[in-house]
Amino acid sequence: MPRLTVWMVRTALLYLGAGFSLGALLLANKGLPLSPEIWRLLFPHIEAIMLGWTFQLALGVAFWILPRHPQRPKYGYVHLAWAGYILLNAGVLLVIGGEFFASEALTLAGRLVEGLAVAAFAVQLWPRVKAFGV
Amino acid sequence: MPRLSRYFIKAGLLYFVLAAMLGTLILGRSALRLPPEIYAFTPVYYHLLMVGWVTQLIMGVAYWMFPKHSKEMPRGSEKLAWAVFIALNAGLLLRLVVEPLLMTLPALNLGGLLLLSALLQWLAGMGFIINTWTRVKER
Repeated sequence: MPRLTVWMVRTALLYLGAGFSLGALLLANKGLPLSPEIWRLLFPHIEAIMLGWTFQLALGVAFWILPRHPQRPKYGYVHLAWAGYILLNAGVLLVIGGEFFASEALTLAGRLVEGLAVAAFAVQLWPRVKAFGV
Repeated sequence: MPRLSRYFIKAGLLYFVLAAMLGTLILGRSALRLPPEIYAFTPVYYHLLMVGWVTQLIMGVAYWMFPKHSKEMPRGSEKLAWAVFIALNAGLLLRLVVEPLLMTLPALNLGGLLLLSALLQWLAGMGFIINTWTRVKER
């Protein structure tokens, strides 16, 4: 497993923990109401699970498992993938902050940064979607 | 493929089918002339997809294919992994039944069961993280 995948999968696991914790709090609050303020955690919960956990895990595993290039660098432009990892997590944290504090500017900034992360991974992974040995 | 991975993935497929059927009923409420109470299943629908299907599929494949923990315990703690499977599914099934009931018939006082569902799913998530963490490593 390449180092970037280790970082992405472990970060995804942390988001899984955060997302499940927020989700458990929301569900418990639905069963035995503690505070209406807990509902502010709904969108951070969704963001942590959708982007932080699922999306990040898929990208990290794709970086590991897609066919490698026969010559070095065998994983392609690794710096671009690292940039994508940093941008993705910056974006997720910005969106979570934006949703929690009801700041549209922060959420928008986060979505833009996430968009850049998607573009970085698309460019990085595109040439590796090919037949084995090519 | 280890037996537990087969259980995770087959359970995931069942939730996927159930979620697709539920989604059809929710979206087609008007055409099918279903009562508005069908909307009480909306949160359950999303969680059947994301927890029951997507997360459980990931758990099953990760348990099978991630780098080995050690020669003695290649997949980490097998007992913990089974406990994750049982807790996740017990929690999700409990939610599937209790949440719509609570939303449509609040007088039933089933809130405590929803708390139990939350706890079971949370424990499953934490158990999976603990068991998987050491298997995420460079060669």
